Amino acid sequence: MVTNRQRWEAEFGASPRRDVGFATMSGIPVEPVYGPDDGEFPGQYPYTRGPYASMYRSKLWTMRMFAGFGTADDTNWRFKEIIKAGGDGLSTAFDMPTLLGLDSDHPMALGEVGRCGVAIDSLADMEDLYSGIDLDRITTSMTINSPAAVVFAMFVAQAERAGTHRSRLGGTLQNDILKEYQAQKEFVFPPRPSMRLVRDTISFTAAEMPRWHSISISGYHIREAGSTAVEELAFTLANGFAYVELAIQAGLPVDSFAPRLSFFFNAHIDFFEEIAKYRAARRVWARWMKERYGAQLERSMQLRFHTQTAGVSLTAQQPEVNIVRTAIEALAGVLGGTQSLHTNSMDEAMALPTEKSARIALRTQQVIANETNVAHVADPLGGSWYVESLTDEVERQAEELFAHILELGDGSMLDGVITGIEENWFQGRIADSAFELERKFNRNERIIVGVNGFTDGNDEAQMPLLRITGEDEARQRKRLSEVKADRDQSAVDSSLARVRAEAADPEVNLMPALIEAVGRYATLGELMGAMGDVFGRHVEVPTI
Amino acid sequence: MSDQVQHAKARVLVAKVGLDGHDRGIKVVARILRDAGYEVIYTGLFQTPEMVAASAVDEDVDLVGLSMLSGAHMTLAPLVVEEIRRRGAEIPVVVGGIVPDADIAELKTLGVAAVLTPGATADQIVSDVAAVLASFSGP
Repeated sequence: MVTNRQRWEAEFGASPRRDVGFATMSGIPVEPVYGPDDGEFPGQYPYTRGPYASMYRSKLWTMRMFAGFGTADDTNWRFKEIIKAGGDGLSTAFDMPTLLGLDSDHPMALGEVGRCGVAIDSLADMEDLYSGIDLDRITTSMTINSPAAVVFAMFVAQAERAGTHRSRLGGTLQNDILKEYQAQKEFVFPPRPSMRLVRDTISFTAAEMPRWHSISISGYHIREAGSTAVEELAFTLANGFAYVELAIQAGLPVDSFAPRLSFFFNAHIDFFEEIAKYRAARRVWARWMKERYGAQLERSMQLRFHTQTAGVSLTAQQPEVNIVRTAIEALAGVLGGTQSLHTNSMDEAMALPTEKSARIALRTQQVIANETNVAHVADPLGGSWYVESLTDEVERQAEELFAHILELGDGSMLDGVITGIEENWFQGRIADSAFELERKFNRNERIIVGVNGFTDGNDEAQMPLLRITGEDEARQRKRLSEVKADRDQSAVDSSLARVRAEAADPEVNLMPALIEAVGRYATLGELMGAMGDVFGRHVEVPTI
Repeated sequence: MSDQVQHAKARVLVAKVGLDGHDRGIKVVARILRDAGYEVIYTGLFQTPEMVAASAVDEDVDLVGLSMLSGAHMTLAPLVVEEIRRRGAEIPVVVGGIVPDADIAELKTLGVAAVLTPGATADQIVSDVAAVLASFSGP
């Protein structure tokens, strides 16, 4: 009889090992994992304890810092700073007009260009954004959803022009449209045509880009919008199941795309609940993928995730204290077994981070990775009565929410999620939870240091903040008009006509037409407009 | 009628102007004001300054609350004030959200009645709104 431990030992033995000593500070040797011989081990179904046998003993999490502001040149400079400071992955923040598929010269873009992220209007901007960055080596994540297919087409086109074939590109497209309607609210087209674009990107990457993650199914924004930890987990995995059903309906075998799905969770301030959430997420995903969707590959069942510390937990009061909050949240992500991590900067309740505060945020991860020894042992809290019990309870409550969503969809997760969006069910639950938390704060049942308690020091002058000037907006508009003047307009027109025609035929995959069009410098706004002519626009019914 | 009762009946329009989709704060504030007795109307997302001003005038509201978290407050909030004035109305505009200290004084010189920053409690929000209404409904 082979025990779980023996199976784990075999797999662990075959894994690469980081070249560091694994002992406590006082020299006590430390095992890679602890637990009974017949218990669940990391890398074993249902992966409660981690997707891999060796976890951080093979490779630490990727320190992936989110950045983007101003023009593509400005962000390219910040990217190079991040790489120089030891960051090993890039994560791109786009500005609001880009997130909504508008060019920088659109009237609604006024005051927003380059403010919350980098402005991208055409392939020319994308070329500047990644100029001089070795995309063979550095993986890239792009936080873009409604216009994800177009921005992705630009990314592929620029990388190939710079000499990296699409098959060698590694990274992640957020491309999670469902949570936009539920939480983040950067939507453009109605849910069903948007899901067709998601299907097209999944099919395209499954066929041509083996190193690329086609979707990052994101709970982060659901949590930031006010959900509880259980709702974050349940809504995120429900969205994941909806994408799986979408791809299966499109004729893709589950094991052909599921290994490339990835997740993105929040790390909020309730330390143990967050760790339980990550453990439950892995277990639920594995069970559903195997039992409901018939996955056979382990990689289809192994939930891998990125973590970002909770922006909403940061305070404008005594902002230095945010460094402490972020460190605690980041530690929860690491003890929960995250594959990559972004740590927020102390000044982000007020502005985009300064270079210094972003560096401190990265240093926070480096302290956890290099000084604390917490990465020596996989799932160090596995077996804790408290954490195991919380993990079970989070899972149980999530299953109740899945049952409701399945009811909304008459047995289909895909239809249930879309119906829940159309009926404002998700949005209402999230707003209710946000308000409930606010009530606790207002009744002083929830103390936030520096806000409703311990306020000495709040009268200090505000720390220096990053200021984004209006000059970026003018520069970006000028650049856009130059690009438009330099391009072959008839080629652009014929590309836009092709996109419009193919958008009208739901059987066609739009990616090739989009890649052709961006290569001719059709702009983001033009391409979204062409698709919008066919798809229509989503309007949310305002509810309080 | 006491100020308290008068203001409890006031109508407030809360609005998201521009492209910023963050609507957690505006919904929480809308509920806080509703619980305090105000009649609250929410515009929904992606409004232009013209649309907000037109709704404020059409709905005959006593106060407009703008929720702004994307950094576009210096551009958009004064435009809302201007558009309301252009329609011959005198409706106070309150901005809530992420506004650095350095911008608050300037927003006020541009006609914004008050600015609520992160961490404001329900009581502060209600009393600031009441104070703005009182100063606008003066003699």
